[in-house]
Formats: sequence, C-alpha cells, structure tokens
Amino acid sequence: MRLEYFQMVDRIAELDPVARTVCADCQVPETSPVFEGHFPGHPLLPGVLMIETMAQAGGWLILAMLRFQRMPFLAQVKEAKLRAFVVPGQALQAQCRLLHDGSGYAVVAGGIASGGRKVADAEITYRVVPFPNEALRAQMLATARRVAVPEAFLHD
Amino acid sequence: MSSTFETVAGIISETCDIPREKITPDSHAINDLGIDSLDFLDVAFAIDKAFGIKMPLEQWTQEVNEGTVSSEQYFVMKDLCANIDTLVAAKAA
Repeated sequence: MRLEYFQMVDRIAELDPVARTVCADCQVPETSPVFEGHFPGHPLLPGVLMIETMAQAGGWLILAMLRFQRMPFLAQVKEAKLRAFVVPGQALQAQCRLLHDGSGYAVVAGGIASGGRKVADAEITYRVVPFPNEALRAQMLATARRVAVPEAFLHD
Repeated sequence: MSSTFETVAGIISETCDIPREKITPDSHAINDLGIDSLDFLDVAFAIDKAFGIKMPLEQWTQEVNEGTVSSEQYFVMKDLCANIDTLVAAKAA
C-alpha cells in the first residue's frame, strides 16, 4: 500500500470469475505521512482508507469482469463496519464478492481480514460507466498489470 | 401489474423513506416522488433482486436523453411496472 497515493491494493491474489470474487493482498506500510496525523504517537490506518481498500479491491473485480471496457466509480457505502484497529506493518487481505451486475451500476460485498480475523466489511455500490478518456483506461490497465490482474481479464 | 406495483411501491417506500400512500400508479418516480439518481440505484438493485431481472436503466436513460421516448414511459409507476412485467416475461420465455 502507498497510502498517500491511494494505492491500496498491492497484488490480486485470486480472481474467480465464476464465483465473482476477488482476494487482494494489501500490506500496510511501516511508515507513511498519514500516520503522522492519524494519530500522533498512536498510528492507525484511517477507517476511510479501510473503506477505500475494499472499494478498490471490488473495483478491480468489476473491471476484470467487464474486461476493462467500463470504469466503476464509488457511489455508495452501506453498513460499513470497522471491527478492529489496523496498525503499521499489518498484512491485510481484501475480499470482495460481486452481488449484482446492474445496468450502469454494480454492488459488491467487501471485507478485509487480517490473520484470519475480520477487521472490516461493507456493501459498496459503484456507478459503472464508459471510461471518460483513453488515458485513464491506459493507466488502469498499467496499474492492473502492476497488481497482477491476470492478463486474460484485461481485454475481450 | 397490481402485485408488481405493490412490490415496487413497497421497495420505493422503504428505500427512499417515502410514505407508501404517496405512491400511486400515476406517480412519476423522479418528478413526483423526488427520487434522485443515487436513491434510484438502490431502488433498481432492490427491483432487480426482487424480480430476478436486470432493468436496462442505461438504455432507458439514453433514450430519454436523446428524446426518442418521454421519461413518463419508463419512470411513471404504472409504466415502470409494465416494463418490469415485460422483462420478467422475457426472462421466463
């Protein structure tokens, strides 16, 4: 994770198009400017970034299912539960399941686990729209390769 | 249509916190009931789940925006329910 760049997902560990699930590895860094303010002397991963982590993992799932033809944008977070503190250096696994692929939207059940323990979950809704420009799509494809989205999911 | 209407009205009432008695077959989901686009995503999700369909919202919105159909055709309750019935029938066929 590079928190200050909103790079929450390090690697797609598993992507199952039949079960419509994704599992992503996310390593919380030992140091980050974020921890200087959250909180001084007691660094914790902000809850909003836990939500962002689930949203990004779910976003990779949707992008892969749609073969990068459309872009999901975060629209709604429901029933977000931040169940445990997350500290610098902690290894997280973000797990998401596509609940519904609607017309122009998608809904994902997202969660984060660490050491076999659930630390967060939420239901996340995205607006799914055509890429606003080719530059963004190219950047998303480059990032997808960095986080090891399987090549078969990158195109039709 | 009547049971479809009851189901959809119940979904809208619960999802958008609109008193059930305000929702009639002639209500326009947007103009009369004031459902905004984000709430309509919730409504669409609940309708899709309840009826096992995928409402073609993007196509409907595009047609309305292009002026090829009026918004009433898709977003007045009785017409919305008729469209849902058509989608359910097409799925069963």
